[in-house]
Amino acid sequence: MIAFLKRFSRNPAAVVGLVILVLVVAFAILAPLLYPNSPWKPVQRPFLAPFAQAGFPMGTDTLGRDVAAGLVHGARVSLQIGVVSTIVALLIGVPLGAIAGYSGGWVDDLLMRFTEFFQTIPSFALAIVMVAILQPQLGSIILAIGVVSWPPVARLVRGEVLSLRSREYVQAAITIGQSTPRIIFSQILPNTIAPIIVIGSLMVGTAILLESSLSFLGLGDPNLMSWGYMVGAGRTRLLDSWWISFFPGIAIFLTVLALNLAGEGLNDALNPRLSRGRK
Amino acid sequence: MTGPVLSIEGLTLALPPLSDRPHAVENITLKIAPGETLCVVGESGSGKSMIAHSVMGLLPQAVTPAAGQIMLNGRDVLRLDQAGLQDLRGREAGMIFQEPMTSLNPVMRVSDQIVETFAAHNLHSREERKRRALALLTEAGLPDPERLARAYPHELSGGQRQRVMIAMALALEPKLLIADEPTTALDVTTQAQILRLIENLRRRHGTAVLFITHDMGVVAEIADRIAVLEKGVLVEEGLASEVLGAPKHPYTQKLLAAVPSLTPPAPKNLAAAPVVFSVSDLNKTYRKRSLFGPTREVVAADGITFSLRRGETIGIVGESGSGKSTVGRCCMRLIEPEAGSIILGETEISGLGKAALRPHRKRIQMVFQDPFACLNPRQTIGRIITDGPVAYGVPRSEAMVRARELLELVGLSANAIDRYPHEFSGGQRQRVGIARALALEPDVLVADEAVSALDVSVQAQILRLIQDIQQRLGLAILFVTHDLRVAAQICDRIVVMSRGRIVEEGETAAVFANPRHDYTRQLLGAVPGGAAFETASPRA
Amino acid sequence: MNLIMFLLGRVAKGVVVLMAIAILNFLLIHAAPGDPAQVMAGQGGAADEELLQQLRVQYGLDKPFLTQLGIYAGSYLQFDLGFSYRQQQSVLSLIMDRLPATLLLTGSAFVISLLVGTLMGMLAARRQGHWSDGAITTVSLMFYATPLFWIALMSQIIFSLKLGWLPNVGYETIGANLSGFARMLDIGRHLILPAMTLGLFFTAVYVRMMRASMLQVAGSDFVKTARAKGLSEGVILRHHIARNAILPVVTLAGLQAGQLVGGAVLTETVFAWPGIGRLMFDALTQRDYPILLGVFFISSALVIGFNILTELVYRIVDPRIGAQG
Repeated sequence: MIAFLKRFSRNPAAVVGLVILVLVVAFAILAPLLYPNSPWKPVQRPFLAPFAQAGFPMGTDTLGRDVAAGLVHGARVSLQIGVVSTIVALLIGVPLGAIAGYSGGWVDDLLMRFTEFFQTIPSFALAIVMVAILQPQLGSIILAIGVVSWPPVARLVRGEVLSLRSREYVQAAITIGQSTPRIIFSQILPNTIAPIIVIGSLMVGTAILLESSLSFLGLGDPNLMSWGYMVGAGRTRLLDSWWISFFPGIAIFLTVLALNLAGEGLNDALNPRLSRGRK
Repeated sequence: MTGPVLSIEGLTLALPPLSDRPHAVENITLKIAPGETLCVVGESGSGKSMIAHSVMGLLPQAVTPAAGQIMLNGRDVLRLDQAGLQDLRGREAGMIFQEPMTSLNPVMRVSDQIVETFAAHNLHSREERKRRALALLTEAGLPDPERLARAYPHELSGGQRQRVMIAMALALEPKLLIADEPTTALDVTTQAQILRLIENLRRRHGTAVLFITHDMGVVAEIADRIAVLEKGVLVEEGLASEVLGAPKHPYTQKLLAAVPSLTPPAPKNLAAAPVVFSVSDLNKTYRKRSLFGPTREVVAADGITFSLRRGETIGIVGESGSGKSTVGRCCMRLIEPEAGSIILGETEISGLGKAALRPHRKRIQMVFQDPFACLNPRQTIGRIITDGPVAYGVPRSEAMVRARELLELVGLSANAIDRYPHEFSGGQRQRVGIARALALEPDVLVADEAVSALDVSVQAQILRLIQDIQQRLGLAILFVTHDLRVAAQICDRIVVMSRGRIVEEGETAAVFANPRHDYTRQLLGAVPGGAAFETASPRA
Repeated sequence: MNLIMFLLGRVAKGVVVLMAIAILNFLLIHAAPGDPAQVMAGQGGAADEELLQQLRVQYGLDKPFLTQLGIYAGSYLQFDLGFSYRQQQSVLSLIMDRLPATLLLTGSAFVISLLVGTLMGMLAARRQGHWSDGAITTVSLMFYATPLFWIALMSQIIFSLKLGWLPNVGYETIGANLSGFARMLDIGRHLILPAMTLGLFFTAVYVRMMRASMLQVAGSDFVKTARAKGLSEGVILRHHIARNAILPVVTLAGLQAGQLVGGAVLTETVFAWPGIGRLMFDALTQRDYPILLGVFFISSALVIGFNILTELVYRIVDPRIGAQG
């Protein structure tokens, strides 16, 4: 654990990512304290430029709502949807991949065809159709993102399990009479945790991008202030009020970037042998 | 005679900081005369491969020359720039590597890879390059060279690929051929052919050969002179007959003594011992289905029958693809055989379902090949050894007490119990693997190439341990191996397999003295070094 | 022979996938809250009773569930994707009108990103550790993390609204009545911004893949062999490393085709590019579900076709595949 932290902290990009992430999480947690009022409530005249008035560092939008308040509340929504939908994807992908990899044979064939199917179809188009038809709500958005994101997890876990299954220590576990569930839980899964954590952290980033794209198209939950919605709402007044779309975009960018940097740092720190020597 | 082709003077190669020693090799001085074969021998980690790579200027980035010079045909390799090195490689020295399966570019035709060598040195016209490539493939003894020249590497066998590598290395008629463990990945009969090819080409072209190997048998087969390396230090160097016949340095003596003799010791008397394990008419065919093409079949076991007495060791020997490992794994029911019966003690285990089989599993245990893959990296040694007894209901604490005893039995200290596999060497891990198998007090032990991944001196220790434990516990052992020397020393009887069938079976001494089947004769004839190591220690 | 069998197999597989998508559409319609006929009418619950009745008869909505499924999937497989009552046109003809524009956009974005991506990836891998490697990987990571629609908006402000270099929206200049080469040039000018923004994300993806693949191949034994033959680093890079490194990138590029369609929805929305993505966005705002489902179906068919194409390319560039066939 200490060696892991040491390796992680030696990677400056990963540390920067982690710092940004901690800030975003802090904003998300403190949102009700920083901006106790609803971010939907108009508080000033519309199209107020950044810093034009004290207390509104990012100006106001087309309806006079505070952009900064929207950003801080949007952080909650983005993180929440990002994390929960990733958990959904992991809950589908990990068992499916583990079963396919450990069983082999026709079970593997069948499950992998199923995975391939979900990988072939245009995922964003499926997400749009799902959210539109099931009505845009927190639940349907999370479900749609989870449903289109699990195939890479299943493939990764299957590959890991497949290679571990033929590893000699797993064969040894069979010969010493350990039961199949015990072999899966004590010999195989502990050795797949590291790559699952890494892909999970990268997937939160992808999920945030997906959510923002959906709400940009107007498929966000109408009760939740989201960064993608803010960009979309400001796009008709781009020329005279650029800040309405600009700041939420930057927020998405920084959060996703931070997740990627931290995720890659995690990967290097968890697989010291695989990461290429940094000078 | 003219001067040496290659002369290495006081070469020291530095390893990166935090390595287990400061230098890969230290103060090495070697010379090779034209047409001479110099074998550099040593165990893994001795730095022998680094010497070969440094001559070609192919050292890994982390390893840097710290002192000395390497004179190749009058040029100091260590002081050449990139262009100089590129000119020298291929022209002054050619090199072949250990892994023929990965040493050729998979998406390039064989002849194009040879032609490229001429192109890199701006030699000959287009047509001439092609003609020469074909001539080289013919000389390397490849069947139907016209067709093979147009083939891609995946269409060739391992031996054929190594022939292509040799043809390529000798394309520009360099004065020196560097061979880095070129036959280690090959079967013994293929190895014999490749060694003969290298020998023939050397005679015909007068090429000097720098041959890196860990195998004393190979050394005895081809060396004019021998250099022995121990942990980066050159401990002995001299004519082959001197070094092999009268080794001066203790390390050389130890290495030579560890090579198992090809003459089996006198057989044990086991006629009275009860049969504890038997297999009859075992069949297994691997089928690769494909949706539209024909199904491909590989027969891995066909009518395999043998039985094993208490205290007896049967060796299953054969080359890769002979089905010997499949038979070993079928006995463990790690692979399901298609037909045949497997009888363990009084029980026929071949018909049992998974759950019904589990109580019987403890009576037959396995030792695996790869000391690095056979232990779960996330579990302590104690956990690894006790998992078996715990699966049969023994309380963990009680099993731990027994595990300490077992660790001492296999020659490790009892306090290894709380440590993790990565803290141990290959030989030590193999001992842990044996302890794990013994923890269940089995009647039968299946050892699948259990010493093949080990250095020869460690191999000797593990073989002694296995024999010792067999004597104490009366184990019956099924010993799967490709190494006839090992089989000669440890097996009471051997079963020779080829393409899934048993071609010959009998008492080891009888089979070795008077092989009846052609294939057995071929195998025995191909063992490198033949009868060169007869002084080795008899059975303990 | 081998190739024909391969193609037959792949087409058969593609038909199965399309059937599964038809079933998925059907299940979605029934999972929607409310009357399935309302969903099929696609007028946000405002459809009149006459139309609903007609739909119920047409799709057998009073029949058992499986029969309904059979009717729906059957009509889909005959490429009858339903009717848009709002636009008074069949969904298929609506999509077909818009398809060329989308193919032009995604095709050019794909070619640009694959070319630029692999080249940049090669460069970065060759200069591993050098500042140019750092610059390339950083920039690609940044584009990877930026939302596509936001890049589209920002490039619209900068290159079109502020600088005035390129047209703001649309497929061609309306009312210009250009023809021949002049029209092609005009469309080309309109294409640059959408294709670049759509391509940027994928360029970033391919740079990362190509770089990683190059570094992995660079450690192969056969690269050492090539060096031992005296080949120059340039030849080794081109003939040995790049040729092998590009193979997994081709495979992954094929798999990414589905995402290209998704990206097209966002890009076409911002740039008012008259393709099926924009059609989808318009249908979205009008709750015209038959169009949504139809676009989903047709874009899946496109992706399947594209996948077959990349697999064909793969078989040509990798000699090992044919033998295993």
